[in-house]
Amino acid sequence: MSVQTTDYTVSEIRSPAAFITSRVFIYGALVFWAFVCLFPIYWTITTSFKSAVDVTQGHLIPFVDFTPDWKGWRSLGLSPDSIFQTSTVRDEFLKRFMNSVITSVGASSLAIIIGSLAAYGLVRYRYKFAWFKNEDISFFFLSQLILPPVVLALPFLVLYREVALLDTRIGLVLLYTLMVLPIVIWIMRDQFNSIPVELEEAALVDGLSIWGAFFRIVMPIALPGMVAAFILAMVLCWNEYFFAALLTSTDAKTIPVMVASQTGSQGINWWSMAALATAAIAPLAIIGIALERYLIMGMTAGSVK
Amino acid sequence: MAEQTSTANAWPANPADLIPAGRKRLGWGLLAIATLGLLAIIIVQVLYKTEMSTVGFDTWRPVVYAYILWGIALGAWQVLTRGEDGQRALFLLPALLFTIAMVIFPTLFGFYIALTDWNLSSFTGRRFNGLDNFWQMLADPYYRNALFNMVLYVLAVLVEYVIAFGLALLLNAQIKARKFFRVVFLLPLMLSPVAVSWMVGKSLMEYRFGPAATLARHLGWDNPAFFSDPITARISIMMLDAWTFIPFMMIMLLAGLQAMSREVLEAARVDGATAWQTFWQVTFPLMLPVSVTAVILRIIFKLKLADIIITLTSGGPGGATDSVSSFIYREYRDRSNVGYGTMLAMAYLIIIVVFVTWLLKVASRFVRNVN
Repeated sequence: MSVQTTDYTVSEIRSPAAFITSRVFIYGALVFWAFVCLFPIYWTITTSFKSAVDVTQGHLIPFVDFTPDWKGWRSLGLSPDSIFQTSTVRDEFLKRFMNSVITSVGASSLAIIIGSLAAYGLVRYRYKFAWFKNEDISFFFLSQLILPPVVLALPFLVLYREVALLDTRIGLVLLYTLMVLPIVIWIMRDQFNSIPVELEEAALVDGLSIWGAFFRIVMPIALPGMVAAFILAMVLCWNEYFFAALLTSTDAKTIPVMVASQTGSQGINWWSMAALATAAIAPLAIIGIALERYLIMGMTAGSVK
Repeated sequence: MAEQTSTANAWPANPADLIPAGRKRLGWGLLAIATLGLLAIIIVQVLYKTEMSTVGFDTWRPVVYAYILWGIALGAWQVLTRGEDGQRALFLLPALLFTIAMVIFPTLFGFYIALTDWNLSSFTGRRFNGLDNFWQMLADPYYRNALFNMVLYVLAVLVEYVIAFGLALLLNAQIKARKFFRVVFLLPLMLSPVAVSWMVGKSLMEYRFGPAATLARHLGWDNPAFFSDPITARISIMMLDAWTFIPFMMIMLLAGLQAMSREVLEAARVDGATAWQTFWQVTFPLMLPVSVTAVILRIIFKLKLADIIITLTSGGPGGATDSVSSFIYREYRDRSNVGYGTMLAMAYLIIIVVFVTWLLKVASRFVRNVN
């Protein structure tokens, strides 16, 4: 890669020809990768407006190659002409959608609450439980990140049956919380580390209790970090498939499970598949575009000193 | 990371916080009652389930509630008997109790299941069979194959790293519309892997009509079947997974590039270094710590790879694309083989704990040597 990339003064580049070459190369690469990122999304969205012939002939451009049609969305009961009619598919879809919303928001919230508290405690105070000190406790939390879902899946299947949590949203919420907790603690620890201790000392001198100082002084400052952790947790929970596929069957099925189980007896209805996939990715795509700043903040927490 | 933590010790002890004996007794009493209650419920339930008594609950759910109540009592006990120190412990307790309950117990239980012969579809139920599953695992060519695939998948991270580094450099260059490109490059990470494997893997890369196959034909590949022979299928899976996860590494590397001090690069240029030299002698070494973090995190995520394979190929053709997770998933889903599947999972857990520990050790030595 060329070095002009890390360089903000263009003046020193030797010749205009070299400059133009590097510009062409940089923008060419950028546009190429943007295409790689966007084309599958474009394909998904356009396919939801195609009929069978248009899919099998690989038509690409609406209005030029093919006439868009609400076919895919009608099969979900979400097209303009079918939205006011009763539709069992739509009810089904909305139920799955709500399951996804509830589990991912619930798990992210729970993880933020207990994760922030733990991260704050680990950053500010010294603990000693038996022979476990702060470093060991931090390591214990973060090491959960390594744990592959498949290790917990079967024991949880059995345990959840015993405690009647199989195929419930609460069961999924608990598991997803466990899954994102290390990430939340990682991000929040970084956040709290960057807040000067003097603020809390002043608050304590002014007569606030430890918890009062946390809620009234520290929390508002750490809020952006919490938003970042929340969004990252949302992304992971919303897209989670493994646990959902194993531990839910009828009541608590989430959107990814519904997407994965779309093979009908007459092959795949690409238009309805595409509409469903669009609906599954749209919420996060919108969140990602709108709150990109927080996402980046969450992902880079702790990696750059 | 814990250098800044020892502030609590420096704070003066609050003299008003001397705890009266009555309050301490109350705390201990509360804890004793809660512990006894929890134990009592567990014992009643065990007796009921083993059919030694007729009193009990249908499910173990009450034990969960009892555990939550016990946790609350534990917190109250901390505050009542230890005052301010107890309030500090309260920050950590919820997460700790939650994680212990959700991880330690299931993992131990998992190790027990791993030593049983337990097929959900057979009538015999659970039967302890010692190390039989273990010997069966050692002789299982498909499991070995899945482990080998994991090695390949993990190695693919290096390629992803190179691409991610290149993209990060591009985004860090002096370009217009930087924010637009950053958002676009980030998008694949947000998309559900299941939806992606359907719409990209099964539709876009479809043999007959998929645009990717059409493009491949134009480029001179006569028979663009992405998932029919083992090697292309593996590469296709790697590419799909890379597509969703490259943004993750890219963002971390970009943050590293932006945090780099301008003076060093400036100095390199004043000394007459070429672009190529500056990158290898300055940028790359300075980026090493961030790179190592990004790669290790990515490897940890890679070790969990399952969704794409389960939806796209179900491990096929002939187990060629199986990751360990997807293989165990099918072992359970298709064959209901809980005991054996759990043994495979536990073996995998041990392997990756050893591997990641080794990786962290090597990485820290590597970073220290280069700098």
